[in-house]
Amino acid sequence: MKKTLFALAATTAMLVAGAASAQDKAKACFIYVGPIGDFGWSYQHHQGALEMQEALGGPDKVEIAYLESVPEGADAERAIERFARSGCGIVFTTSFGYMDATNKVAAKFPDVKFEHATGFKREHPNVATYNSKFHEGRYVQGVIAAKMSEKGVAGYIASFPIPEVVMGINAFVLGAQSVNPDFKVKVVWANTWFDPGKEADAAKVLIDQGVDIITQHTDSTAPMQVASERGIKAFGQASDMIKFGPETQLTSIIDDWGPYYIERVKAVMDGTWEQHDIWHGMKEGHVVMAPYTNMPDDVKAAAAETEAKIKSGEFNPFTGPIMKQDGSEWLKDGEVAADGVLLGLNFYVAGVDDQLPQ
Amino acid sequence: MGMAEAILLTIATAATPLLLAAIGELVVERSGVLNLGVEGMMLMGAVVAFGVALATGSAWIGVVAGALAGMAFSLLFGVLALTLVTNQVATGLALTLLGIGLSGMIGVAFVGQPGVKLEAISIPGLTELPLVGRLLFGQDPMFYISILLTAGVMWFLFRTRAGLTLRSVGDSHSSAHALGIKVIAIRYMAVMFGGACAGLAGAQLSLVYTTQWIENMTAGRGWIALALVVFASWRPWRVLAGAYLFGAITIAQLHIQATNLADLAGLPGPLYWLAGAVKSVPSQFLSALPYLATVVVLVLISRNRRLTMMNTPASLGRPFVPDR
Repeated sequence: MKKTLFALAATTAMLVAGAASAQDKAKACFIYVGPIGDFGWSYQHHQGALEMQEALGGPDKVEIAYLESVPEGADAERAIERFARSGCGIVFTTSFGYMDATNKVAAKFPDVKFEHATGFKREHPNVATYNSKFHEGRYVQGVIAAKMSEKGVAGYIASFPIPEVVMGINAFVLGAQSVNPDFKVKVVWANTWFDPGKEADAAKVLIDQGVDIITQHTDSTAPMQVASERGIKAFGQASDMIKFGPETQLTSIIDDWGPYYIERVKAVMDGTWEQHDIWHGMKEGHVVMAPYTNMPDDVKAAAAETEAKIKSGEFNPFTGPIMKQDGSEWLKDGEVAADGVLLGLNFYVAGVDDQLPQ
Repeated sequence: MGMAEAILLTIATAATPLLLAAIGELVVERSGVLNLGVEGMMLMGAVVAFGVALATGSAWIGVVAGALAGMAFSLLFGVLALTLVTNQVATGLALTLLGIGLSGMIGVAFVGQPGVKLEAISIPGLTELPLVGRLLFGQDPMFYISILLTAGVMWFLFRTRAGLTLRSVGDSHSSAHALGIKVIAIRYMAVMFGGACAGLAGAQLSLVYTTQWIENMTAGRGWIALALVVFASWRPWRVLAGAYLFGAITIAQLHIQATNLADLAGLPGPLYWLAGAVKSVPSQFLSALPYLATVVVLVLISRNRRLTMMNTPASLGRPFVPDR
């Protein structure tokens, strides 16, 4: 009897110890919309996650769990809930389409923190949102495109008509127009974030239609490779894609999520996590431009100058006067667009020759 | 290169992987086996073809390795579904899931590596011909392989004794068995042929379509191939038509999107108005159009119910256990 009691006590002690050490160890979970091997959007999020784990003391201190290629919609809710149940202290849902699912699950698990990337709904105190000002990079790309293009027309492979993508197209066009007011953009909606074949098809179609610069807001390296094969220039997306077009890539907008993930997971560990909505850009180092390559020095200089101005806060890409596509006035001279307006942006600026799918 | 030529070449590249995978699956289903693992087999073919081509520097060795990988992977399905008589639907789905995961694991080292391209052929004097030169004599080898395979399957299924035997196994395995035909052996061969074709389709994706390995790069093409077989009512030439229709509409809708109204300003009034109407169709609908149109067209050409019934392998998906 005594022996049994002792064994029981020992087991209990062990269990308690186990639980305590489990609590010391934070668990951060990530939901990705594509495979981590996409070399684009999801790849960069995962790099950020790994950077965070490394910075916060390695696998002994922070456990990472992730699910790849989670479809946006009903499946996402199940995946997020699974994570919330499995002891994740914080769950990062890294695509716009997880917005409602994230908030729904957050209501059921008030003790788990949720961070939704690129969205705007924070219906519960345990939901924060974060995003980066990629459009700052796209404005710089527009400046480069207008200087580099001989035909004055660029091809834009877009994914879904959500504010972030619309914002990117607008910023690109505004940047290009700042150099060449007649610059044209051909927009193709792939209606997917990730389908290398379809993205390649879109690039081929755009080149066949006469564009000599390609930029993309989809996640694979396929368009860069097509541009490379056809001998035109292109911009990378989300990560540095120079390997796929050593003589093709002009620059690339690199999403650097590492610093943010370090900050937020650390906050959970310290118990200082609070809901917020942040939208950082070049200034904070969340948006980084890959080296300017395959362009003459004067273009390089113009790009670097634009980048520096945005970085220092001296210039905002969405500064008036800016007209809407239909010709009505959006921003008066000198007026800067409010973040709230941009995050819900659902119209084109003047000069975009495309009908925005609603 | 003219615009029309460029468009046709792009369509052929988009249609080829669908045709390759579908023509293989057609033979499998004609033998009475339903293998839903096409997507998984394609991915295995894609990753192995890419890796081998990278290691050896030869795209051709990659193509062969891709076909063999697809075949080897389909053997797994064969052992489970044919020898151990597991449920074919569940086994096929498991094969797809395994293929997605396994190919991703094998391919970790290949991510971010530019691959080896399977170059288009070039015949001096012929490839340079205007209009048809590039289309007939200047495409990548996988295009010719897909067309030859389709023709070969048509000839085999409907013009040879072996093809008749295979179809009889698919229509009534019990009768075939009673006649002394080795049902399981024939089905194994069909499944392996399907696996090899899916492997070739994968190789086309990672060596021609986009010369790189990206996880899950098939993006659902295996499922489209499966659907093509059914909607083509198990007829090879209809599979060919379906694959090219799908490819054509995919590319056409991208062209519609890429054409700005300002490009068409010179058109006469009614045509310009028509173009405007087409341009006002939401892009989401245009993106769905290939699926919609392919189903509608194939259903229309297969609307003769008696013929469709005749073409449907009667034993499709039914397990066969020989009497002892």
